[in-house]
Amino acid sequence: MTSATLKRRQHLLSYATKQLDFLNQPKENGEQFTSFESKLNETGLDPLKPTKIDTFQINVGYMCNLTCGHCHVDAGPDRKEIMTRETMQECIDSIKDTDISTVDLTGGAPEMNPDFRWFVEELSKIDKKVIVRSNLTIILANPKYNDLPEFFAKHKVEVVCSMPHFTRLRTDSQRGDGVFDKSITALKMLNEEGYGKEGTGLMLHLVHNPSGAFMPASQESLQKEFKKKLFDTFGIVFNDLFAITNLPISRYLDYLINSGNYENYMQKLIDSYNPDAAANVMCRNTISISWDGYLYDCDFNQMLEMKLKDENLQHIRNFDLEALEAREILVDQHCYGCTAGSGSSCGGATS
Amino acid sequence: MSKKTYYNAEDLNKFGNISEFSPELGKKFFDYYGEVFKEGELTEREKALIALAVSHTVQCPYCIDAYTSGSLEKGATEGQMMEAVHIAAAIRGGASLVHGVQMMNKTKELLM
Repeated sequence: MTSATLKRRQHLLSYATKQLDFLNQPKENGEQFTSFESKLNETGLDPLKPTKIDTFQINVGYMCNLTCGHCHVDAGPDRKEIMTRETMQECIDSIKDTDISTVDLTGGAPEMNPDFRWFVEELSKIDKKVIVRSNLTIILANPKYNDLPEFFAKHKVEVVCSMPHFTRLRTDSQRGDGVFDKSITALKMLNEEGYGKEGTGLMLHLVHNPSGAFMPASQESLQKEFKKKLFDTFGIVFNDLFAITNLPISRYLDYLINSGNYENYMQKLIDSYNPDAAANVMCRNTISISWDGYLYDCDFNQMLEMKLKDENLQHIRNFDLEALEAREILVDQHCYGCTAGSGSSCGGATS
Repeated sequence: MSKKTYYNAEDLNKFGNISEFSPELGKKFFDYYGEVFKEGELTEREKALIALAVSHTVQCPYCIDAYTSGSLEKGATEGQMMEAVHIAAAIRGGASLVHGVQMMNKTKELLM
């Protein structure tokens, strides 16, 4: 696995417009894929509108210690985009007096942002539930991160971490050599702090996403199996498993194309369109904020640079919850990833 | 690559089209097919792995593609999938070998 991001390699797919062009191209036989918008229309969901915004998903920067094969952010050590403390403050000011209850911190590796701990502390002060999407290995990447489990526990941060599979082979093929063993060590450290254990209130969730060109198995059956295997082999406990479908953008799209799986995978997502999953997509209750303070319907739209239609709503400095709840959510072909099968969101299956 | 072969991978996606020449029978088949693969006393994964083994026995390339994806989608590991193929191989090998008893019987009948 190469450690340079698509952006560093100036790869065609590092440009959002090129990705969208590709997703809207006809198949090799000249036929068009059914448009996502027409599917929504058939199920009476077009235009897609928010229900109630409950979660702020803040991407604090694209820098990461890993360069995973499926990453929709194209994150990696060479990415320099990082949220400043000023923008974090703008986020805090925006949500402080609202019903938005949850702040979901993502990246890159969010912990690599120099103001990450400050941000978590400030968010706890205003009584927001804080979720951190951790790649686990960051905890061991440098001695300065070794006390993260303790820090998370102190602020009752909900930890949602990547663990695509309970076998070393499947995890390392997606995330890089050695990632599985480090993740196991990090999970044990979190368990030692009380994470994933009954009665502590410290929530530890795992995220599974397929290491290849296929859709995830049922979340329920995977959870049972992960719990058994991780406990029997390593003594590790956790709360829930979220099964997430890989969306055909960025590095995963690059993988699909290079491995000759793109058309079949896309068709599979389209054939598996589930109206119940479409009604429960996370963009209906979440707003995504980028490192530079722009608002998006979700982290995927953020990576595709699909800024909100209304220019007056595009930046956190003009935050207007009521207007945001009345907006139309922007959709494109990648959205099939969230509506296929049991549905997919940052919290796993949706139907 | 020439498309003039007996097996084209893209034809797998056209399986549903068999209903075109006989809609009623096609519908009956696919309704049945759908029911067969639903979780029952066997899990969906167990059914996918059985299907994978049978696919190797009937040597149907479409079925092998379909149930390789199907097994992965039901959470099977590479090890489980290869064990399923070995079941097919063992039964096939065993089916030849068990007839060895017949050969031995006949031999004993013929020899002094």
